[in-house]
Amino acid sequence: MKLFLSFCLFLSAYITPALAASAETDALLQQLTQTKLSKMPAMVHQLEATGDESLLPVFRAWLAGDLHYTRDDNILVVEVDVNGVDTYQDPYTQATVAGLTSKQVRKIKVNNKLRGLLRGVIARIQLTSSDADVRESAVRALLADIDDETFATLERIYPTEPNKDVREMMHTALSIYTAQDQNSSQTVRLAAIDVLGDSLENDVRNVLFSLERSDNEVISNAATQALVSINRQVERYALVDQLFFGLSLGSVLLLASIGLAITFGVMGVINMAHGEMIMLGAYTTYVVQLLMPNYIDYSIWVAIPAAFLVSGLMGVVIERLVICRLHGRPLETLLATFGISLILQQLVRTIFSPLNRQVSTPSWMSGSWEINPVLSLTLNRLYILAFALLVFFALVMILKKSSLGLNVRAVSQNRNMAKAMGVRTEWVDAMTFGLGSGIAGIAGVALSQLTNVGPNLGQAYIIDSFMVVVFGGVGNLLGTLVAAFTLGIANKFLEPTTGAVLAAILVLVFIILFIQKRPKGLFPQKGRAAE
Amino acid sequence: MKLKTLASAIALSGATLIALPSMAADTIKVGVLHSLSGTMAISETTLKDTVLMMVEEQNKKGGLLGKKLEAVVVDPASNWPLFAEKARELITEEDVDVIFGCWTSVSRKSVLPVIEELNGLMFYPVQYEGEESSKNVFYTGAAPNQQAIPAVNYLKDELGVERWVLAGTDYVYPRTTNKILEAYLKDMGVAEEDIMINYTPFGHSDWQSIVSDIAKFGSAGKKTAVVSTINGDANVPFYKELGNQGISSEDIPVVAFSVGEEELSGLDTEPLVGHLAAWNYFQSVETDENEEFITQWQAFTNDPERVTNDPMEATYIGFNMWANAVTEAGTTDVDAVEQAMIGQETPNLTGGIAVMNKNHHLSKPVLIGEIQDDGQFETVWETDGVVPGDAWSDFLPGSKDLIADWTDPLKCGNYNTKTKSCSGQNY
Repeated sequence: MKLFLSFCLFLSAYITPALAASAETDALLQQLTQTKLSKMPAMVHQLEATGDESLLPVFRAWLAGDLHYTRDDNILVVEVDVNGVDTYQDPYTQATVAGLTSKQVRKIKVNNKLRGLLRGVIARIQLTSSDADVRESAVRALLADIDDETFATLERIYPTEPNKDVREMMHTALSIYTAQDQNSSQTVRLAAIDVLGDSLENDVRNVLFSLERSDNEVISNAATQALVSINRQVERYALVDQLFFGLSLGSVLLLASIGLAITFGVMGVINMAHGEMIMLGAYTTYVVQLLMPNYIDYSIWVAIPAAFLVSGLMGVVIERLVICRLHGRPLETLLATFGISLILQQLVRTIFSPLNRQVSTPSWMSGSWEINPVLSLTLNRLYILAFALLVFFALVMILKKSSLGLNVRAVSQNRNMAKAMGVRTEWVDAMTFGLGSGIAGIAGVALSQLTNVGPNLGQAYIIDSFMVVVFGGVGNLLGTLVAAFTLGIANKFLEPTTGAVLAAILVLVFIILFIQKRPKGLFPQKGRAAE
Repeated sequence: MKLKTLASAIALSGATLIALPSMAADTIKVGVLHSLSGTMAISETTLKDTVLMMVEEQNKKGGLLGKKLEAVVVDPASNWPLFAEKARELITEEDVDVIFGCWTSVSRKSVLPVIEELNGLMFYPVQYEGEESSKNVFYTGAAPNQQAIPAVNYLKDELGVERWVLAGTDYVYPRTTNKILEAYLKDMGVAEEDIMINYTPFGHSDWQSIVSDIAKFGSAGKKTAVVSTINGDANVPFYKELGNQGISSEDIPVVAFSVGEEELSGLDTEPLVGHLAAWNYFQSVETDENEEFITQWQAFTNDPERVTNDPMEATYIGFNMWANAVTEAGTTDVDAVEQAMIGQETPNLTGGIAVMNKNHHLSKPVLIGEIQDDGQFETVWETDGVVPGDAWSDFLPGSKDLIADWTDPLKCGNYNTKTKSCSGQNY
C-alpha cells in the first residue's frame, strides 16, 4: 500500500502535468460534493493521501470558503470577486467559467475542525515551496501537531534546507517532537528541551506546559526551567506591548481632542457638538468608500481632505449662525451647541439609518507587524499613531508660521487690540472654528478604522476630549499632546490589574484631584494672555 | 374536576362581565413597547416590525374572536424609566389586551412592577439571565440553560476546551449569566485559575490589552475558549482586534450569545468567520415554516436582503401562542389567557414544537452555529430534542431550590421546595 502511495506521489509529482488532477483525485473530488460536513475530515485525509500537489489551489479555496460546485454537474469552481461581482473560475487553470451565477452553485462547507486540518495539509505541501518565507510559515503552522510522518519529512529535508531562519524553525519543530518522544533517551530529550528554551513560539510554550506536568521528574524540571527563561523574555516584550497600547490610545485621544484644543482652548468656546464633527468625518469616509468601491485602498487619501472640508464647512456654518451671536455667554453657547449636536445626530439617523455603517479597512492597514512571536504591533494603530503626530505638528506649524495662525493668536490674546490693528476678528473666529472642526473631521477618518461608525460615535469621545484639554491646560497645544499620551498610557497600565471599567474611573478620579491642585492644567498659560 | 370546571366557568363569566365595557370596542389592541430611538433602536425596531407583520397576518386570517387586531406602538426611546411610564400608558389609557416588548433586562425590570400592579400581560422575546418568573410575563427567549449551558457543554465535549474566558459587558445580564457559568464550570471540576472573567463598559472600543490578555491566558498548554456576553456594537471592534492580533477561531474560538444575523448584517464579517454563536434559531435552517417566514418578512419590509434572527422567532412563537390562547379562552381577559397559555404548543421555525411550560418559559431546541463570510450561521451542533427553559438556575446557591409553577395549586413564581413556601413576588 505504502509503495503504491509513494508511487502515486512520484507519478503525480513528476509525470502528470501539474495542472490536471488524476483520475483518482477527480473521483474523490466528485465524492466531496456529496459528503456531509461530519464526514469531510476523512475526505481531507484521503485527498492528502493521494499526494497530488496540484490540489493545493483546491485546498486553499476550500479553507477560504470560496470552493463551490455547480448544482447541475458537480464541477468544482472557485468564487472570485471581480470588481464586486461574484465570478467562478476553474481551480486549476484560473479560467473563468462563463455564465455561472451564485444561484447555480453550492458552497462546499467548512468549519473550524476542517480549517485546522486544511491548514495542516497546505503547510505540508508547502514545505517544499521555493519561497523561503512560505516554507517558514509552513513549518510554523505545523508546530502545533507534529505527527510521525511530518517528523520524518522534516528530518529528511532539514539538512538540505538553505535558509537559516527556516532551518531554525525546523530545528524547533524537530525538538518539539523529540522532547515529547517517549522512545528517545533522556539525554536526547533534555537537549531538545534546552533548544525549546530559546523559542518564543506559542506552541513551544504549550508543549513545555504539558511536559511540566509529566511524571518524569528530570524532564519536568527541565521544562520548568525552560519556561522560566521564556517567561522572562515574554514579560519584557509584554511591557513593550503595553506601552504601545498606551501610545495608541493616547493617539486616539490626541486626535479626538486636538480640534477641541483649538475651539475650546484658543477661542474659549465650549463646543458640545465637537463629537459630532468627528462623526461627520467618519460618515464622510463611509460615503467616499461608497463612491469608490473598487479603490478602497486609496479611499482614505480622498477621505481625509473630504472630511476636513465637510466638517470644516459645517463648523464655519455653525459659527456664523449660532456661536458668533452668543459671544461672551458661555452657558448659552454650551446649551446651543448641545442642541446642535442632537440635531446633527438625528440628521445622520434620518439620512443613513440608526444602524452602524460599515467602513472597510484598506488592505495596507490590516494585519500586524510581527517583530517576534510574542510581540506584534497592529498596523492600523501604528499608522494612526503616526498620523496623529503628523496632524499635531502640521497644526502647530499653521498656528506658529501662517498669517492665519498669527491672527488667531492675536485675537485670542487681546480681541480689542487685534480689532484696532485691523484684524477682521469675525473672519478669524469663523476660520479658527472651521479649522478646529475640520481637524475633528480628520480624526473621524482615523476613528472610522478603529470603532463603529454610527450616530453615537461623537458622544463616546466628547467627554474624553474635554478631559484631555482641561488636563493639558487650556490654550496650550503641547499640553494637549502630553495629556493625551499620559492618560492613554496610564489607562493601559491600569487596565490589566483593575479591568477596563475601574481603570477609566481611576483616571477620572486622578484628573479631578489634579485639577483641585492645579486648576489650570499641566501647562498653564502665563502672562497677560492668561487673564 | 367538575368543581374546577365550574369554578373556572364562574371565573370566566365574571371576567367577561368586568371586561364588558371594553368589549364595546370592536378591535383587540396589541401594545408594542420597543425602543424606536436611542442606542437599542438598532435591535428593537426589527421586533416592532415583526409584531406589526404578525398583526397584519392575523387580520388577513380574520382577526381573533371575530374582531380585528389593532397595534398600538409607543416609543420608550431606550430610556429605562420611560419603559414603565409607557407600559402604564398602554394599559390604562390605550387599554391594550397584551404587550409585546422590551429588550434589555433593565427595561423589563422597570416594567415589571407596573404590569403586575395593573394585571397586564407581556411577552418578552429576548434571551436573558433567568432568575425571574412573573405571573404577568411570558418569556419566549432563551433562559441560561437554553443558551449558555449548552454552549459550554459543546465547547467542553466537542472542542475539548479546558480554560475559559468569560467576557461580558458590565450590566445585569452578563454578570448573572457569568455567575451561573462560573458555578457550573466549578461544579464540573474546572479550577479557579482556569477561569478568567472580564467586564467592559457599553460601547467599549479599545480592546487591545484585553485581547492580548486573552491571548496570553490561552497560551498555557490547554485549549482555551471565550464565552462572550459582550452586547451591542462593542462586538465589532472586539472581533476586529482578535483578527488584527492574529487570533483565529481555531486557536481560541469565541462563542457569543448576543451576536445574531441582524448584528452581522451591518459589518465586515471577515474577522468573525469560524467564531460561534448559540441561539434557538438561525435563518439558515432549512424548514418549510422558516422559508415561509423569511419570504413573508422580506415582502413585509420590502427588502429582499433583510435578515431574520432569534428574537424575531421568539416574537413569532409568542404571538402565535397568544392568538391560540385567546381563541381557546374565548376572551382577551388576562387571567383567562394566562391559564390558557400554559401548555400551548406551536411549531418552531427550526422544526419541532415549542411548548409553554408552567413556569412561563418555553421548551425550545438549542443550536450552535459557526459564522460564515456571508453573515449567516452554519449549524454545527444542536440538542437532540427541545430543552425546557429553567426560570431559576440549578447552579446558583440562592435559586437552586426555587421553582416557578403558575398552575393550581402552587401558583407561585418562586416556590422554595425545601421550606415549602412561596415568598411572593420579588424582582
